[in-house]
Amino acid sequence: MKKSLRAGFKRGSMAGVATAGAAAFLLAGCGAPPSSSGGSSAAPKSDYTACMVSDSGGFDDKSFNQSGYEGLQSAVKDLGIQEKHVQSKADTDYDPNLRSMVQQGCKLTVTVGFLLGDATKSIATANPNSHFAIIDYNDPTFPKNVKPIVYDTAQAAFLAGYLAAGTSKTGKVATFGGINIPTVTIFMDGFADGVKYYNEKKGKNVQLIGWDKDKQDGTFVGDFKQVDKGKVLTQGFLDQGADIVLPVAGPVGGGAGSAILDAKSKGKDAKLIWVDSDGYLTAPDYKSVILSSVQKTMATAVESVIKDDKDGKFDASPYIGTLANGGVALAPFHDLDSAVPADLKSELDQLKKDIISGTVKVESKSSPTK
Amino acid sequence: MSEKTTPEPQALGDDSAHVAADTQVPGGTTAEAVASDVVLDTAGGQMPPSAVPAATQRRGRDHDRDGGGSVLHQIFTGNAMVSFLSVLLAIVLGGILMAVTNPKVALAAGYFFAQPGDLLTEVIRPYTALVQGSIFNWAGADLAAQLYPITETLTVATPLICAGLGVALGFRAGLFNIGAQGQIIFGALFGAYIGFAWHLPIGLHLLLVILAGLVGGAVWGGVVGLLKARTGAHEVIVTIMLNYIANFLLLFLLTTPAFQRKGSTNPISPFLDSTALFPELLGPQFRLHAGFLVAVAATVLVWWLLNRSTIGFEFRAVGANPSAARTAGINVARSTILVMAIAGALAGLAGVAQVSGTEKYLSGGVAASIGFDAITVALLGRSTPWGTFFAGLLFGAFRAGGVAMQAQTQTPIDIVLVIQSLIVLFIAAPPLVRAIFGLNPRKKKTTTSGTAGSRTGGVKSGAAA
Repeated sequence: MKKSLRAGFKRGSMAGVATAGAAAFLLAGCGAPPSSSGGSSAAPKSDYTACMVSDSGGFDDKSFNQSGYEGLQSAVKDLGIQEKHVQSKADTDYDPNLRSMVQQGCKLTVTVGFLLGDATKSIATANPNSHFAIIDYNDPTFPKNVKPIVYDTAQAAFLAGYLAAGTSKTGKVATFGGINIPTVTIFMDGFADGVKYYNEKKGKNVQLIGWDKDKQDGTFVGDFKQVDKGKVLTQGFLDQGADIVLPVAGPVGGGAGSAILDAKSKGKDAKLIWVDSDGYLTAPDYKSVILSSVQKTMATAVESVIKDDKDGKFDASPYIGTLANGGVALAPFHDLDSAVPADLKSELDQLKKDIISGTVKVESKSSPTK
Repeated sequence: MSEKTTPEPQALGDDSAHVAADTQVPGGTTAEAVASDVVLDTAGGQMPPSAVPAATQRRGRDHDRDGGGSVLHQIFTGNAMVSFLSVLLAIVLGGILMAVTNPKVALAAGYFFAQPGDLLTEVIRPYTALVQGSIFNWAGADLAAQLYPITETLTVATPLICAGLGVALGFRAGLFNIGAQGQIIFGALFGAYIGFAWHLPIGLHLLLVILAGLVGGAVWGGVVGLLKARTGAHEVIVTIMLNYIANFLLLFLLTTPAFQRKGSTNPISPFLDSTALFPELLGPQFRLHAGFLVAVAATVLVWWLLNRSTIGFEFRAVGANPSAARTAGINVARSTILVMAIAGALAGLAGVAQVSGTEKYLSGGVAASIGFDAITVALLGRSTPWGTFFAGLLFGAFRAGGVAMQAQTQTPIDIVLVIQSLIVLFIAAPPLVRAIFGLNPRKKKTTTSGTAGSRTGGVKSGAAA
């Protein structure tokens, strides 16, 4: 008896929920349909479709996938084009995802990262009438419809190394990477050289832990996902006396950020240098400890490649981002502006000019070549 | 009363459970059969119960026994109805999910009464894309484009089937083998190395690559069997750890020059020689390769092994009750090692399907999440070879269709995976669907209702209270 009552009650409650839901739907459903065209975008609509395939990091990786995606979105806004994007969940998704983009009628498909290099090459070869652009990877054997977008990140990382050495109070700075691959170690090479250059110029002995440029080996997370491991590594660095950390590991940088915030709440003075995008804007949780960022301005590059292709000016010569063309840059200091002495700022400005002019050579095994 | 109206033995595979229970035991009632099962399973309570439910281990014979009568029987007991309702439920729930997450759907819902068609279109489009991406694309420009989806389904299903067979074999022998991931990696590692480092004539090369993949997987699986048989180490913890070891070993090897391309430091191996690749079955515009035929052959082989061979009988006996098997003169240690080695070899074959079939090179993500999906595939296939085969095809269709769902309708991939997982959940758990719709097939089946009730009644009422 009791049981049947309960069953009845359960049914009753479900019916109640359904009624409430239906009522809510009824109320919500009374709006007016949008007018037939409904387009209120600034630019005139175009049939041109630009597409993007992420690597397994996804479009929300606070790193190159995200920057590239922002470039695509701003192209949609500014040029009035159509866009499609697919996110890869695993390395095995690249080939089918790229094929589906071609089948969807994409004029230009932007792919992200060296992991998509082979898939891009084979799909581009099979579809000579479609255009492709690939971020952060170049392969001299690419067919003539693939444009590589690459960055000489070491130049900006050199500045970051000099800045870190100049601001460190303990005389120790640290870095770690996601995986030991060229697009990661190029940051670490530049950073190491920047620290070294500072030591030579000032007769100091600021130490770098986490990367040995000569041996091309150092501290790595093993992937770009284990945020907690980034935190543990950073705590280890702080315990060894480092007070500035450069995590080159995409979203894992957040782990470094939270370790530094923890240290700060215990009265320790430590800072973070973000990578890829201006962390002050993209990772605002840590903005109180972000000294600067080694930026790759991918959004602009992606948008300009899309614009060129839409205007019929596609070419396959690689785009190489440098300090000179603004493709790579050291981000502003924002809230920590006061932590950087005025003469260090002017030295950095001079150093930037020297790197652009070639007086100071920045070399990395991983630097892109024409 | 309500407890007795909705009892089901397990979340997975209850249909064949009662089909099997109905047909399996001549003479005795099913209640006795179940009771004897439990006693066998735990040696009268003296042994800890097997990690894999006995009912899962017993599944194999359904296929031989599924005659026309039992199909009719299933329809009459409402299984077709339940399957239909599970898919319907998943579609409705998925539709709600999409409505919540897709701004376009939300927009269309806002003016539902002015243009009701808009909302329906927005909700149905992703499902249409799923079919177009996995079975047949009627919007394709030519026949090749129209047939591409089904070939893609078969391609994606190939490694899932191979690895799923390995996992299923383990289940049948009472081993919860979750090491397929590591075994795939080892198969891929061995196969790929032979594929790009050795340069051999056509035919022989591919054969050696397959052999190397089988050996790689068998070694990695065999280690688990050896540890379990010799030291009693639990296979779950051993396989989990071996997955990590295999994964990081692969990442490490890819940083060494021996596994990298000339002049590059990216962690990607050179391409396999063309002689080491599975031939394309339908030409270069399709990804379908001969590995699929190998997967079919593997399914037949596993079916034969389990149902027609002495070794397979021993595996199943060990799976049902290791102590009883030992008493009966079966070498349990040998069986454990052998079953894990064969399971590993099958997973290794999945690794070969990856490197020689679709990817054509070795990278850190070559195994994707196939090893873990394979567990679902094996469970969904109720640990039978052909069940695993079709579950693999279903999963392949979902993976292939997911690409189209994303590309055509811009449904976020995470929502795609949630919807697909919901469909699998409802397909795998008919009791849940029956409970939701208040269906009660037991009322029509007085012979088994008592059995099922007594079998799980205690647990169920405990959970319900």
